[in-house]
Amino acid sequence: MKKLLSILPVLAIAFTISCNNNSGSKTESRSATSETPAIPGGQENVKDDISQKDVVKVAMSSPDHTTLVAALKQADLVSSLSNAGPFTVFAPTNEAFKKLPAGTVEDLMKDANKDKLVDVLQYHVFVSALHPDFFKDGQTLNMVNGSDMKVSVANGKVTLNGNAHIVSSIPASNGIVYVIDEVLLPPSK
Amino acid sequence: MKRFLFPILSLSAALFLLSITGCKPKNAGDATGSDAAARVYVPPGKYDELYNFVSGGFSGQVTVYGIPSGRLLRVIPVFSLDPQDGWGYSEETKPMLNTSHGMVPWDDQHHLELSQTNGEIDGRWLFANGNNTPRIARLDLKTFRTAEILEIPNSAGNHSSPFITENTEYVVAGTRFSVPMDDKNGDVPIGTYKKNFKGTVSFISVDPQSGNMKLAFQLLLPGVDFDLSHAGKGPSHGWFFFSCYNSEQAHTLLEVNASQRDKDFIMAVNWKKAEEYIKQGKGQKQTVKYAHNVYDESTHSATSTIETQTTVLDVKDFPDIVYMIPCPKSPHGCDVDPTGEYIVGSGKLAALIPVFSFSKIQAAIASKNFDGEYAGIPVIKYEAALHGEVKKPGLGPLHTEFDGKGNAYTTMFISSEIVKWSLKDLKVLDRHATYYSPGHLMIPGGDSKKPYGKYLIAYNKITKDRYLPTGPELAQSAQLFDISGDKMKLLSDYPSIGEPHYAQAAPADLIAKNSTKIFKIEDNKNPYATMGEKNSKVVRTGNRVDVYMTMIRSHFSPDNIEGVKVGDDVYFHLTNMEQDWDVPHGFAIRNANTAELLVMPGETQTLKWTPDVSGIYPFYCTDFCSALHQEMQGYIRISPKGSNVPLSFSLGKNSDTSDSVLTKQQ
Repeated sequence: MKKLLSILPVLAIAFTISCNNNSGSKTESRSATSETPAIPGGQENVKDDISQKDVVKVAMSSPDHTTLVAALKQADLVSSLSNAGPFTVFAPTNEAFKKLPAGTVEDLMKDANKDKLVDVLQYHVFVSALHPDFFKDGQTLNMVNGSDMKVSVANGKVTLNGNAHIVSSIPASNGIVYVIDEVLLPPSK
Repeated sequence: MKRFLFPILSLSAALFLLSITGCKPKNAGDATGSDAAARVYVPPGKYDELYNFVSGGFSGQVTVYGIPSGRLLRVIPVFSLDPQDGWGYSEETKPMLNTSHGMVPWDDQHHLELSQTNGEIDGRWLFANGNNTPRIARLDLKTFRTAEILEIPNSAGNHSSPFITENTEYVVAGTRFSVPMDDKNGDVPIGTYKKNFKGTVSFISVDPQSGNMKLAFQLLLPGVDFDLSHAGKGPSHGWFFFSCYNSEQAHTLLEVNASQRDKDFIMAVNWKKAEEYIKQGKGQKQTVKYAHNVYDESTHSATSTIETQTTVLDVKDFPDIVYMIPCPKSPHGCDVDPTGEYIVGSGKLAALIPVFSFSKIQAAIASKNFDGEYAGIPVIKYEAALHGEVKKPGLGPLHTEFDGKGNAYTTMFISSEIVKWSLKDLKVLDRHATYYSPGHLMIPGGDSKKPYGKYLIAYNKITKDRYLPTGPELAQSAQLFDISGDKMKLLSDYPSIGEPHYAQAAPADLIAKNSTKIFKIEDNKNPYATMGEKNSKVVRTGNRVDVYMTMIRSHFSPDNIEGVKVGDDVYFHLTNMEQDWDVPHGFAIRNANTAELLVMPGETQTLKWTPDVSGIYPFYCTDFCSALHQEMQGYIRISPKGSNVPLSFSLGKNSDTSDSVLTKQQ
C-alpha cells in the first residue's frame, strides 16, 4: 500500500512534465526541435565507429581545433556538416582564432551574435569536395554563406583571400578538411 | 487493501483525465507525438484516406502506398522487368520495353504526375518518366497498369519530366544532358560541347478521351542541363517553367565547373505560342527513331511501333517563345504555386530562395526589361521578374510544394529539414528536421490548383540508423508529417522501394471507385485466348508449338502434353477462366529460363519456352488460388529432336499417346 502511495507524486510529476512537452513551445525553432527528447539532432548521433569519419568528427578528433568545434556547436552547424555533403571545410586552428583581435571569439560565441557566427563559419564551407588538384589560381569559390572567396595558387601552395594558407588536408567520409592558419572573414554584405 | 486501492486508482484516473484535458491541443496542429500513432493507424479492414504514388528511382517501377498508414499497396511494373507479373517476360508485355535500341530491361524512374482537369487531379492516369533511356509512361488508374510508353528522341537523361499542363493537354520532357541531335553525326569530340551539343524540351500531346500520347513538337535549345519543370496554371496557363543549370556549358567536373556563374536560369516557355507556330507549319521535320508502345486492354497485348518523325522549333528563330530568368546557383526544383502567380526556383547551392511573379514576368516581357541574351534567348532582369527572396531558409533548398493556404514548404537537403514559409511576405514560419537529408517532398495535390493540405511526406535520401540495420544497403525512408496546423508534426517513418524521387497523392475516392475487378472473359480479344476448357488444344506448326491452355480452380487444361521436342519453340497461352476478383493464377514450368506468369481473371498471357533437354517437365500454379492449389499442376513430356512421339494432350485421362503405349503393353 505504501508503495502505491509513493508512486502518486511521481505520476503527478510525470503528467506535469508531459503537459509541458505538449505545450508546443518546444517545436517553434529548429534548435528547439532538436531538443525534442525522442529525436535530438541529426546524423551526428548515428552510432557508427566503422565508417570513415565525417568532416565534423575529423575536426572533433583534432586537439588543434577545439575552438572551431565549440563554434560549430554554438552555430548549430554540426547536423548539417554531418550530412551527405560533399563538403570542403577550411578549418582554422586554435592558433588561427587567437590571431583575431582580443575578445572577437568570445563575442562571436554569445547567443546574441549567433547570426554573425553562422555567417563566419559558413564562409569556411564549400559544397563539393575539392581535391587539392582542383584549386586554380584566380579561382572564385562561392561559399555556403553566399559570399565569394578568392583562391591563389603559387608554387603549388594554396592561399585563400590572400592571407590564409592551407597547412594540411584530411580526407573525410563526406568531403575534405583543409587545415588553415587564419580565420576567413566574409566580406561585408 | 481493496478499500485503499479503490480511491488511489480513482485518484490516478482523475489525474490521468486531468492530464488529458489539461494538455488537450488547441488545434490539430498542436497534436503532439503522443497521438501520432492514432493519426496514422488505420484499423484492420478499413481503407486509407489517400492513394500515394511514389517513384521507384533505380528500381524503374512505381509503388502505391496508403496514407496515412504508410502501408505498401502495390508495386506497379513500368520500366523494369518484373518476374512477379511476368512484365517484360510474357510475349504480350515484351513490346512495352522495346526502344529504338531494342529491348531495354530497366530504367531509372524519377518523377510522377497525376492527370489533371482544370488544374485539379482527376484520377484518370499517372505519368512516369524513364530517366536513362528517355521515355514517358502513362499508367491507367483503373487497372493500375502501364498502358503506354513513348520514347523521346533528341534527348538524354529525361529528368525534367513528366510534368503536365492544367488540362493534361501536354506532358513535357526536358533533357538533363544536352547531346548532339539524333539526325546529326554524334561522333564529335566532347570538347566541342558548346558548338555541337543541344538541349530539347518535348511537348507530348495527350488524347483527352483515350489518353494516348503523341510527340507533338520539340523546342531546340542551347546546350545546358534542364533539371525540373512545372506548368503555369490559372493566369499562367499557357506557360511552362523549367530550371536549368550548367549555363557554363561545362562537360567535365561539373561539381566545380557548373557552379561558376552566380546565376543560372528558370526558363519560361510560352507553349501556346509554340503551338501556334506548329499549327502554322513553321516546325522543321526531322527524321529520327523512337518507339511508341501501347498496351491494348481488349487483346491483353502490347504493340511497339517505331516512329520516324519529329517536329522541331529552333527557339533562336522564334524570339517570343522562350525567356530566361536569372536564378541563383544551379536551380533544381521549379515549382508553381496553386494560384499560378508564383514560381519558386530552388538553387541548391544558394543561400536564399527566389520567388518569381508571373505578372511581373509578363510586364518585363512587354516592356522588354531585358538584361541581354543567352544564346539568342532574351534574359529578363532578375529584379524585374522577382516577387521576393526567402532569406536564410536553410541550407541546400531543393523542392517546394504548397498547402493551398498561402504557405510553401521547401526541402533543405544539407540542413536536413523542411521549411514552411509564407508566399505573401516570404517569412519563414516553421522548420522541422527530417531524418535524413530530404530530396523531394509531396503534399497531396501540392503542385495542383487544389492542394489537399493535410499531410506532407518527405522522401529522405539517407536512412542510416532509422530502422533495424540490413547490411550496407538500407531502404530509403519516407516521413509523414501532419501540416494541418501552424506547426508541422512528424507522425511516422516508413521504408520505401528503390529510391523515391517525386510522388503524387490523391483522395482515395477519386480512384478507388473506378478500380477494375476482373477482365470480362467475353471481351477477351487476345488472338491466343482459349474460350472455354473444351477449346483448349495444342497445335504444332513446324517447330512452333502453341499450347492453348485454360486455368480455373484447380486445374490446367490440358494438363498432360506429349509429343513436344527439344528445340521446339513452345508458346504457353494461358487464359484464366475465373471471373472472380482477386483470383489470379500463376504459371511456372521447371527450368524455364524466361520467367513465370501471373494471369488475371479473364486475361490471356503467353510464356515462351524452348526446351533444351528431353524429359518430363512439371508445371504448376504459383499463386495460392484455392484449397486445392497444390493439386493445380501438370506435365509436359519433351522428347529428343527427330522423335516420332505424336503430339497429344489431355485432361482427366491418359493422353492418346500414353494410351496407345499402355494398350500395346497390355
